[in-house]
Amino acid sequence: MSERVAVRKTYKLFIGGKFPRSESGRSYPVQNSNVALASRKDLRDAVVAARAAVKAWSGTTAYNRGQVLYRVAEMLEGRREQFVALGEPADEVDAAIDRWVWYAGWSDKLPQVYGGANPVAGPYFNLSAPEPTGVVGIVAPAQPSLLGLVSVVAPAIVTGNTAVVLASEERPLAPVTLAEVLATSDLPGGVVNLLTGRIAETAPHLAAHMDVNALDLTGVADGELARTLEEAAAANLKRVLRPSSPDWTADPGTRRMTAFLETKTVWHPKGV
Amino acid sequence: MTATTTSAGSGLSEVARSEATLRTFLHGLPGVDQIGAEQRAAMLGTRSIKTSAKAWAIDLAIRMVDLTTLEGADTPGKVRALCAKARRPDPADPGCPTVAAVCVYPSMVPTAAAALAGSGIHLASVATAFPSGQAPLEVKLADTAAAVAAGADEIDMVINRGMFLAGRYSEVYDEIVAVKQACGNAHLKVILETGELVTYDNVRRASWLAMIAGADFIKTSTGKVPIAATLPVTLIMLEAVRDFRAATGRQIGVKPAGGIRNTKDAIKFLVTVNETAGEDWLHPDWFRFGASTLLNDLLMQRTKLTTGVYSGPDYFTVD
Repeated sequence: MSERVAVRKTYKLFIGGKFPRSESGRSYPVQNSNVALASRKDLRDAVVAARAAVKAWSGTTAYNRGQVLYRVAEMLEGRREQFVALGEPADEVDAAIDRWVWYAGWSDKLPQVYGGANPVAGPYFNLSAPEPTGVVGIVAPAQPSLLGLVSVVAPAIVTGNTAVVLASEERPLAPVTLAEVLATSDLPGGVVNLLTGRIAETAPHLAAHMDVNALDLTGVADGELARTLEEAAAANLKRVLRPSSPDWTADPGTRRMTAFLETKTVWHPKGV
Repeated sequence: MTATTTSAGSGLSEVARSEATLRTFLHGLPGVDQIGAEQRAAMLGTRSIKTSAKAWAIDLAIRMVDLTTLEGADTPGKVRALCAKARRPDPADPGCPTVAAVCVYPSMVPTAAAALAGSGIHLASVATAFPSGQAPLEVKLADTAAAVAAGADEIDMVINRGMFLAGRYSEVYDEIVAVKQACGNAHLKVILETGELVTYDNVRRASWLAMIAGADFIKTSTGKVPIAATLPVTLIMLEAVRDFRAATGRQIGVKPAGGIRNTKDAIKFLVTVNETAGEDWLHPDWFRFGASTLLNDLLMQRTKLTTGVYSGPDYFTVD
């Protein structure tokens, strides 16, 4: 009997809930695998998919969003061994799953903490509520590839934003595997879109895109690139989170969620 | 446009003499190779149009748009807003061309006529019991005459598909002739509603029937049935107008309508026009897009080409 030939996997992009190859047909070898090399047009498609998903995802009740994200954590748990096999330290995989659950829990609590009734000098009922910013472009940190990615994606989408994520250039396997987890959870297509490839090639188009509302530059290592990205982002006044390399294992706080929120305030005459 | 209304040309003047001659002629048209047509359309759709050619194509496509609103919920305010958009599609760029026409229901023609006065933009009105075409002939003629009287200079009529599918070609023919007469100087676009004609052979027959009866334009669809303007159907209609001009010397326009939503699709249609009917048809007088959402995507792509950054729907009007 002949020996079985293993099925080799091509790691592809994740756009609108599907796994297309790059429209350019390019790929690049990394971590002993072939990974799609995203182009400017793949980025454009990802933003279109993210924009299309905003209405339904932000309109989903916070409670329901939390449940969907919890389901993602369940799926992550089931793939734990696969992430370890890809070279992720086991304790970081556990931390990533716990982080995801932690953020999922915030979905219906954040509006209580950051919204509420405001005392005003008049017979008005004055109410503030945090609302999602819209489409968030994220440059994910290279290290740790799973925990870092989870720590930037989960806080962006839990509040109702949708995301276009540029995954780590050197360590894209865990990010693409996370995309496979998202695809098999109940997360609607387009809420998270993940591109692999050269950050320096795609990020400028993401930063300049007029239909992107916010930019998380956490994973941009090159200071000069970060500067030009921030300048490009100013064209339509994107909210920008500057590059940083925090201790990913520490308590993240709510900063990454509140960075991509708008506050809606309503004045209402009391009447009685 | 210089189309004449009278005879359909030397070889075809006798065709409409009776039901029998009409049937003999229409059924004598060569059959359409379905696979071949679809393959040809798919092949033309793969052409890559870039940079300056793309910019030219986008501007041409904008000039070819019949900006359309055909909803039960149309209000005078919405029609006025649409007309303002037709005059200045991109308020941020005075260099952006205007669209070819605005297309509305007959009851909205007076509002649109006032809003478009002096702009040179054509005003099209659907008529003849759009979209079903299932009404007595007197009603259809009154519908048409009212739209023309109110200021429409283009009439989009629907053929009676029921009669066509039943094989009563001369009745369909007579109806088109009568509506053409009611149009007076207004141009007549004949909607074949290809999504309901079932076969490509029927599309070819209906195209010829409409052209012989005096149509100035043949139009694919009402936009009210699920299958609207597809590339193969438009290809077949373009072949029909090409062959018709070769036979009679009279040039007829083509208007795909419904389902063309982005620039990429629009450019595929333009490639098909150029490769099938020829360059003579690459003009708003001879080719139109019946669309509403298409215009915003054309404007976004146009902005991308001029500014270099991707634009978004936030920067264009919602219509």
